[in-house]
Amino acid sequence: MSGPAKARPATQPVAITANDLADGRVVWLAADGGWTRNLAAARIFAPEEAAHALAQGQAAERARRVVGAYAVEVELLAGVPRPLRFRERLRATGPSVDAIPRPALPIAV
Amino acid sequence: MDQHAAIPPHARTYRYDAVDRDFLAARIAEFRDQVQRRLAGELTEDEFKPLRLMNGLYLQLHAYMLRVAIPYGVLDSRQLRQLAFIARRFDRGFGHFTTRQNIQFNWTKLEDAPDMLAALAEVDMHAIQTSGNCIRNVTTDEFAGAAADELVDPRVYAEILRQWSTLHPEFSYLPRKFKIAITGAPHDRVAAKVHDIGVIAKRNAEGAIGFEVWVGGGLGRTPVVGTLIHDFVPEAELLAYLEAVLRVYNVLGQRDNIYKARIKILVRDLGDEFRDLVEAEFAAMPRGRYRLDPEVVQAIAAHFAPPAFATLVDDPPALRRARAEDRRFAAWCATSTHPHRTPGYASVVISLKPIGGIPGDASAEQMEAVADLADRFSFGEIRVSHVQNLVLPHVRQEDLPALHAALDAHGLATPNVGLVTDIIACPGMDYCALATARSIPVAQRISERFADLDRQLDIGTLHVNISGCINACGHHHVGHIGLLGVDKRGEEVYQITLGGSATNDAAIGELIGPAFSYDAVVDAVETLVRTYVAHRTQGELFKDTYRRIGPAPFKEALYAPA
Ligand code: SF4
Repeated sequence: MSGPAKARPATQPVAITANDLADGRVVWLAADGGWTRNLAAARIFAPEEAAHALAQGQAAERARRVVGAYAVEVELLAGVPRPLRFRERLRATGPSVDAIPRPALPIAV
Repeated sequence: MDQHAAIPPHARTYRYDAVDRDFLAARIAEFRDQVQRRLAGELTEDEFKPLRLMNGLYLQLHAYMLRVAIPYGVLDSRQLRQLAFIARRFDRGFGHFTTRQNIQFNWTKLEDAPDMLAALAEVDMHAIQTSGNCIRNVTTDEFAGAAADELVDPRVYAEILRQWSTLHPEFSYLPRKFKIAITGAPHDRVAAKVHDIGVIAKRNAEGAIGFEVWVGGGLGRTPVVGTLIHDFVPEAELLAYLEAVLRVYNVLGQRDNIYKARIKILVRDLGDEFRDLVEAEFAAMPRGRYRLDPEVVQAIAAHFAPPAFATLVDDPPALRRARAEDRRFAAWCATSTHPHRTPGYASVVISLKPIGGIPGDASAEQMEAVADLADRFSFGEIRVSHVQNLVLPHVRQEDLPALHAALDAHGLATPNVGLVTDIIACPGMDYCALATARSIPVAQRISERFADLDRQLDIGTLHVNISGCINACGHHHVGHIGLLGVDKRGEEVYQITLGGSATNDAAIGELIGPAFSYDAVVDAVETLVRTYVAHRTQGELFKDTYRRIGPAPFKEALYAPA
């Protein structure tokens, strides 16, 4: 089973993620303490700050603004965070498939 | 029972009475209050989660998801139009039909959920028992009430089971979720043998109706074909017998280990003793109380009375001409129609698998189009199949050319039903919070690879099923070719199983070897199909070729160094 990254001490920088309570959308803890839908605007914490960072996310959970906060390990590519796990990359970008089904292609007969 | 003047008399769904409606209204009001309290911060997620799940509301990767029950996959046109309305008003204009014959809305907002439920209730629909450790939506044959080979109409028994199981106090907290499938035809089109209980109708030597009862089948982490525990339960005893099964499970099922809590584990561990326990329970029950009174069966059957079929002949000249003139139409007739019991009629499968599309997805416009076509051509009736297609059950054969043209205009006439591109795929990691890999784009790429219709027709019937995790919602174990996406060090890889079957010769596919990467998996499927084509005998299905020649040629083709 996949799901959020297992709770083990982070060895890489982390971002804190959750789902927005009202619409369920993926959000990231931002530098100003608010939540953003844009991973690029997320605050990135050093590995040793991860526990403290997660506590912030969990406080927001208790304040009923988000659901299911957890830490996501990221790498920084030219300063832009990219989650290490595929699942979190997909959460950050949204579904990889067109929301709109393509019309049927003409089929050769 | 009121007459529900608003519902066209031709629409053969079970019609709610005032008690049902009042119950739903009260339930929605209660949930509306719970949602408000959650949004206002009065309820924690731990407190709220069980409440939302009881109302079919999940939190997935990118949003909340509402799962709506479509009892035994039967819809009328009014209901489908309402689903289209919900898709457009509250979602992104789509719905996703599932292998449980339900529909899911992937972009639900919490605050909208009560309004969505209210909109559903307007057409006698709800999202109750689509989650939790209860008896889930009873699934049945998409050709119910129409199929030429049908002995009894399974909707009648599915509805009886629905009424029996809905909010049944004894069965609201089972050890685990519980899925029942029932077919009224000897040809199993419901995957009966891989359900917790599978019920297959039959007649005995005296012509009486009864049911085979299969127990303990299932997919998921421990895939297993069910065990036949009774080969003829008389119609009147069906409820008593199923209740006996549920009681034994409810008492003995392992509640302390989620991986061992399904009935299949109990059946496996107890062996013949399980049957003995059920028989003992059955013998001790006050059977009179459970006896299915023929009048009750009749009353429910009246809801599903056949529409007013005209007197027609099979294969009318106009149809023959149209087939001769239009090869694509002929291919569609060959793949997408199913024999009807009434001369001059056919059941039509509407493929929700356009080449490169998302299996099971329909746009609001497509749903409305299908609803209109159901009114025009099929007495307002629509079915959802467990392979994620829609069905118009009662279409005049002479209307097939007009129906085909109308479907084609909405991208709904892909002539691939039962072929390699008619892929079952669960939402996978694009939507599902439990997923370990994506399913949808793999299905899309396979579909594009095999887009050529001539090639598909040459390959013939071939079931490719894809799941995004071990929970197996995409029924990968019973695909002729099954793909299971798993997480390998944070990246997606796909295990392949071969030789599965979901029908009368049900079998769990066998793992062929090491998994393939996301990039390589489509080529692997291509290799498997080529190997099959090279080895098959005339008319032999993939699974049968596999059973005959075994895994070695497939393994060699997949893994031998180039
Ligand atoms: S099989 Fe897994 S990934 Fe697919 S829908 Fe079911 S739980 Fe989700």
